[in-house]
Amino acid sequence: MKVVVDYDLCESNAVCMGILPEVFEVRDDDFLYVLQENPPEDLRPKVEECARRCPKQAISVED
Amino acid sequence: MVEVRRVVIVGASLAGLTAAETLRDAGYEGTITVVEAASSLPPDRPPLSKQVLSGEWEPHRAAPPSAERIDDFDLDLRFGVRAAGLDVGGRRLELPDGTLRFDRLLVATGASPRHLSRPEAMEGIHVLRTMEDCLAIRSDLDAEPGRVVVVGAGFIGAEVAATCRSRGLEVTVLEALDVALGRVLGPEIGGVVGDIHRDNGVDLKLGVGVEGFEGSDRVGGVRLNDGSLVAADVVVVGVGVVPNTGWLAGSGLTVDDGVVCDETCLAAPGVAAAGDVARWPNQLFGRSMRVEHWDNALEQGAAAARRLLAGAGEAVPYAPVPWFWSDQYDRKIQLAGWIDGADECKVVEGSLPERRFVAAYRRGPRLTGVLGMNRPRQVMQFRTRIAEGITWDDALAELDQGGDER
Repeated sequence: MKVVVDYDLCESNAVCMGILPEVFEVRDDDFLYVLQENPPEDLRPKVEECARRCPKQAISVED
Repeated sequence: MVEVRRVVIVGASLAGLTAAETLRDAGYEGTITVVEAASSLPPDRPPLSKQVLSGEWEPHRAAPPSAERIDDFDLDLRFGVRAAGLDVGGRRLELPDGTLRFDRLLVATGASPRHLSRPEAMEGIHVLRTMEDCLAIRSDLDAEPGRVVVVGAGFIGAEVAATCRSRGLEVTVLEALDVALGRVLGPEIGGVVGDIHRDNGVDLKLGVGVEGFEGSDRVGGVRLNDGSLVAADVVVVGVGVVPNTGWLAGSGLTVDDGVVCDETCLAAPGVAAAGDVARWPNQLFGRSMRVEHWDNALEQGAAAARRLLAGAGEAVPYAPVPWFWSDQYDRKIQLAGWIDGADECKVVEGSLPERRFVAAYRRGPRLTGVLGMNRPRQVMQFRTRIAEGITWDDALAELDQGGDER
C-alpha cells in the first residue's frame, strides 16, 4: 500500500492527522508530512478513512 | 444482521451518498433506492463559495467525493423526484408518482437557504446553496458589477465577501448583529474576523437590519432599517438555512428544527436521519445538536447507515466532536467541538493581534471546544482530546508543559 498526497489540493486541514497521526502530520509550518509512505497493511482501513474524510480529497491509496 | 432487503435514502447529497457507500462496505446486498429532488448529483458544496465562485475551478471539479465510485454502489438512483410524504408505521415513502416500500429509510434531505424576499422578486438577488445558485452569482460577478452587497456575515457571507474581494470587486457586508460571525464564533474572535475583512477592503456594516430591496427588474440597492440606501448591483443573501422537513408533516416523525433522533440517529423504528436535517442528542456534550458541517454529513451519514443495519443491542451512540473549516483570504478558521454557551474562552496559543492563535472553550469542568486561526495542527490535536473527554485543567496543564507532543 502506498499513500499518495496531491499537494496541489491539500490545504492542511489536518483531518487525516486526527485519524491517523502515525502516518499523517501537519507541522507548525502548516504543511502536511507523510510519515510513512508505505504504512503496514493493518492500517489500510484507517488510511482509507483518511482518504474519504479529506475535505479536499487530496489523499489516495495505491495498492 | 436482521433481514433487510430494501433501503431507501431520501437525498443524494453528502450524507445520503456516504450512507449508501457505507451500506455496501458493510456487506449489505439488497436494493438501495436513492431519491433526489435535484435533477443531477448535488455538488460538493465547500468550493461553491470559494474556488467555483472565484472562477478558479470549472463546475465539474466540485463533484461530490464519492462521484467516481458511485457506479460501484449499485444504486437505484432517481433524480428529479421529490419525496412527498412518509408513513413510518406502514414503511412507505410517498412519491409524486407512487409509493415506495422500504425496510429501512434514511432521511437526508438537507437544508434550504432562508430568503429575505421571494427569489423571483428581482434579478440580481441570490442565495448560495446549489451549483445553479453559484453559477448565477458567478455570471453576475463576471459582468464586473460596481458593488456586491452581502447580507449576513455568517460563514457563507464571509466566504462570498472574501471571494468577491479576490476578484477585485467592491463589497459591502450587512450584518444584523454587532459582530461578524458572532453567532458561531462569539464576540472576541468574531471581531478579529471582522477586522480581517475590513483590512481586505470590505465595507462591513454591523448592527444594521435590511428593510427591503430597491430596483425594478433588477436590484439597485438595499434599504436599511435606518432609512438609508446601500447601492447594490448584485446581492447575495446568506442568513442561514432551515432543515428540509416540510414533507414529513403527518409522517409520525418528530420535527423540531430538524428530524429529532435518538442518540444513535434513529428517528423511528427502521428510520434514521443524517446531515443538516438531523437533530440528535450528542452524549459527549450532553446536548441536542443539529450540525450543518461537511464533515458531519460524512460521519453521520456513515453512522446512520450502520445504525439501520444494526441488530438488537448492536446500536452505538453517535457522539462525535463536530468540526469545520472556513477559508477567508489567507486565513484558515477551524472549530472543533461546541462553543455556544461556553463559560470561558481563553487564547491558549498565539495571539489575536497576530491572527494566528488557538482559543479554548470551557463549559463546566471540561474542554468543550477549540477555535484555531491558521493553526490546523493544534485544532486537530485538541479535537482528539475533546473526544477523550479531557478536563479544562488537564488541557491547560498539558499546554503549560509545552509538550514535545505539541
